[in-house]
Amino acid sequence: MDSVEVNQLTKRYGDLAAADHISFSVRDGEIFGFLGPNGAGKTTTINLLTGLARPTSGSARIAGFDCATEIKKAQPVMGIVPDESNLYEEMDGLENLSFCAALYGIGKEEREKKAGELLRQFGLAEAGKKPFGAYSKGMKRKLTIAAAIIHDPKILFLDEPTTGIDVASARQIRELIRTLNRKGTTIFLTTHYIEEAERLCNRVAFIVGGTIVRIGQLDELMREVQQENVVQLAFANGGAELEPALRESFPHVVVEASGTDAIRLRSALPLNLTPLMRFFEQKGVTVYEARIMRPSLEEVFVKITGIALEKMKQEKEGKGKQ
Amino acid sequence: MRSWIAFWNILMKDMRNYYLKPPNISWGIIFPVAWTLMFLLKSPTAVDVRELLPGVMSLSVLFGTTSMLSVTLTFERRSRSFERLLLAPLDLNLLMLAKTSGAIVFGLINAFVPVLFAAFLTDLSGIDWLPALGAIFLIAVTSTLLGLFIAVSVKEIFEAQTFSNFFRFPMIFLCGLFIPVESLPIFLQPISYMFPLTYGADILKSSISQNGHLGVPINFLILLAFAVGLFAVSVRNVKHKWIY
Repeated sequence: MDSVEVNQLTKRYGDLAAADHISFSVRDGEIFGFLGPNGAGKTTTINLLTGLARPTSGSARIAGFDCATEIKKAQPVMGIVPDESNLYEEMDGLENLSFCAALYGIGKEEREKKAGELLRQFGLAEAGKKPFGAYSKGMKRKLTIAAAIIHDPKILFLDEPTTGIDVASARQIRELIRTLNRKGTTIFLTTHYIEEAERLCNRVAFIVGGTIVRIGQLDELMREVQQENVVQLAFANGGAELEPALRESFPHVVVEASGTDAIRLRSALPLNLTPLMRFFEQKGVTVYEARIMRPSLEEVFVKITGIALEKMKQEKEGKGKQ
Repeated sequence: MRSWIAFWNILMKDMRNYYLKPPNISWGIIFPVAWTLMFLLKSPTAVDVRELLPGVMSLSVLFGTTSMLSVTLTFERRSRSFERLLLAPLDLNLLMLAKTSGAIVFGLINAFVPVLFAAFLTDLSGIDWLPALGAIFLIAVTSTLLGLFIAVSVKEIFEAQTFSNFFRFPMIFLCGLFIPVESLPIFLQPISYMFPLTYGADILKSSISQNGHLGVPINFLILLAFAVGLFAVSVRNVKHKWIY
């Protein structure tokens, strides 16, 4: 079953199409990545799905409820972590969580119990009595995630959850996302950190200029851009000097030395490792590692969208620092 | 029941975070004192404090509620914490009722600061408190909704302040509190009747100094109509301007 179903969803601001006939679905229990540069339409899509924006045309359903006409029925099953932490600066961690739970109609005793549990789970127990305004960026992000899940949503929307925070906090947040997903929460994640999506997501969609340019499972997308088979061999005792002999014996393979103890083999045809291993054995060279090289999601993204990743990162980091 | 938990917590959060903060409480005291002193000092003859009371009470409510609601809402919009409320499974009417209730309560408290001072200076017996309370409540409601109308129309906090004055100052002079409506130039009189404060002030004058001229029931009906109309327009504006 699909938690999120989006069909030809469009949002126009005058002549600008922030989301242009986008269609996708998010399956129950998966982590779905929504990747794209600044202004691609990621936040607009989240706003349309969560009730902060109205579509110009098309439709979206969350847990079976129409986002335009039944949004108040859909909102109890969703948790939203916006791209900027938006809790109340003057309230402490415990008050913020308790207040967010009250917005979902949770009674006093239960919400205070849940708030305390979440503070402990997120490593914020000691900061629970500190005003939110005094938290570090990483702590703010963690508390914002805690606030989004205090009512046990089925679907969690995370808009750039690790932008602008330190490496350790980002790692903790990724682990929290995995834990939530293992417990059954469906995750809709927008990020510009492609490696983050690669580590976390089951499926991803690339969005550029308000349009989804590709959508699929990670390995499917990687296979799609893989134009040749690449194997890297590492040797225990030299081996790179065998490069000319190797070219002679395997004419269809492109051989590249990679230092003195490794070579990279490329071929348009599948690489059969058995004759290669036999070749090195006959030459008295021990192969201690043979690694099949696959394109990263980053390469896939660049090839499909044509967008330079570094530029995208710099734009986001600049925004995060403001 | 679940919605009312949210309603109550939004109201309490606003009261704690904004309205019951010491600077706001002191403002609620200083403002009516300053108005009373101004009238006492400017008049060459003895001023009847009881005559001043409807005006000072009304202005305390008007200034307190319009400022506070427009500023706090604009602040929450800027910090995006208002989005959190829009994302909650709470009917928009109930949400806006919760947001305005805090300001209304603040306005009611403000209104009774001058009454407290007046009690030490003059005899307050003979005041018809029931219509007076009703009038103060409806002045607080309509002024708060005016604050909401302002909040929906601006983006920055300073704009909220300046835009509030655009409505408040003409109201002070045209609502009949200090200059009777019938003494105003004929072309200004229709404008007076466009302000809800004119009707609230008239009830207060009837209840406190027995010199109202429109009649209490008609004043209440018009004020109620203003309250319902302003609420409907404000919620519609929020829907159209804040849910893009």
